[in-house]
Amino acid sequence: MRKFILAAGLALIALPAWAGDDWMPPVTDPLVKKECGSCHMAFQPGFLPARSWNKMMDGLADHFGEDASLPADKAAAIRAYLVNNAGDVAGQGRARKAMGRLSSADTPIRITDTPDFQRKHRLPDWRWKDPKVVTKSNCPACHVEAERGLYEDD
Amino acid sequence: MIRPLMLSAALLLAAAPAFAADARRDAILADYAKADSGHTGFSASRGESLFRTQWKGGDERTPSCTACHTDNPRQNGRNAKTGRPIDPVAVSVNSKRFTDVDLVEKQFTRDCKSVLGRECTPREKGDYITFMMGQ
Repeated sequence: MRKFILAAGLALIALPAWAGDDWMPPVTDPLVKKECGSCHMAFQPGFLPARSWNKMMDGLADHFGEDASLPADKAAAIRAYLVNNAGDVAGQGRARKAMGRLSSADTPIRITDTPDFQRKHRLPDWRWKDPKVVTKSNCPACHVEAERGLYEDD
Repeated sequence: MIRPLMLSAALLLAAAPAFAADARRDAILADYAKADSGHTGFSASRGESLFRTQWKGGDERTPSCTACHTDNPRQNGRNAKTGRPIDPVAVSVNSKRFTDVDLVEKQFTRDCKSVLGRECTPREKGDYITFMMGQ
């Protein structure tokens, strides 16, 4: 019986690996979900390396033209989560591929600028111009389960 | 006998959203009233004009509040920059609106800069909330 429970437990732990190479560990932290997810989808930290998240959190006052400043304590907690789960730290699922394609000399702050994103999104213009898309960073417009880290539905 | 009772119960339910009073919202309004020099009350009609005016003072993608919130604040909106869905702003359909002072301040700071190209005054914020309370 004990062995069975152990096996079941291991199976659960291993589950995400079965979800395929395109699986990206979703955001689980409530503060990150709330603060990073109010204006746009809370992007999974695995898409960028730790150095990118640090750069982004250093520049919240001009966040792609938006003043996304946060109180210092919240910003520090969010930074810690993003860095600890960054693609080059966690390295699970899609993150491993994404990081493998990124030059260590680059510190992109747009996921859409990464070689992995661009390689997977060679799409005709009309698809980007679909009114539901608005912008390339609007993952859930096409990947309806993006927030859960599932991008294989393309 | 039963029918009038049911009718009045239904009316009560239907009317409930209009009474979505919240002490936290009142406190936020009271703070803006205090900060509004020469305060003579907030105005829903001034709030509506703030909401509908094409300010074109900030980001070109958000010339007005309606760029994201649509002409009807009881409807879902959509962030004009990111495509992210936005819950209705009208209190009658979204009673959580204007109840978290930090959130309210953060959103006004961001959105006023984006739409008007400047911060909103305490009077404008109070007017806006007052308009949305009647919507």
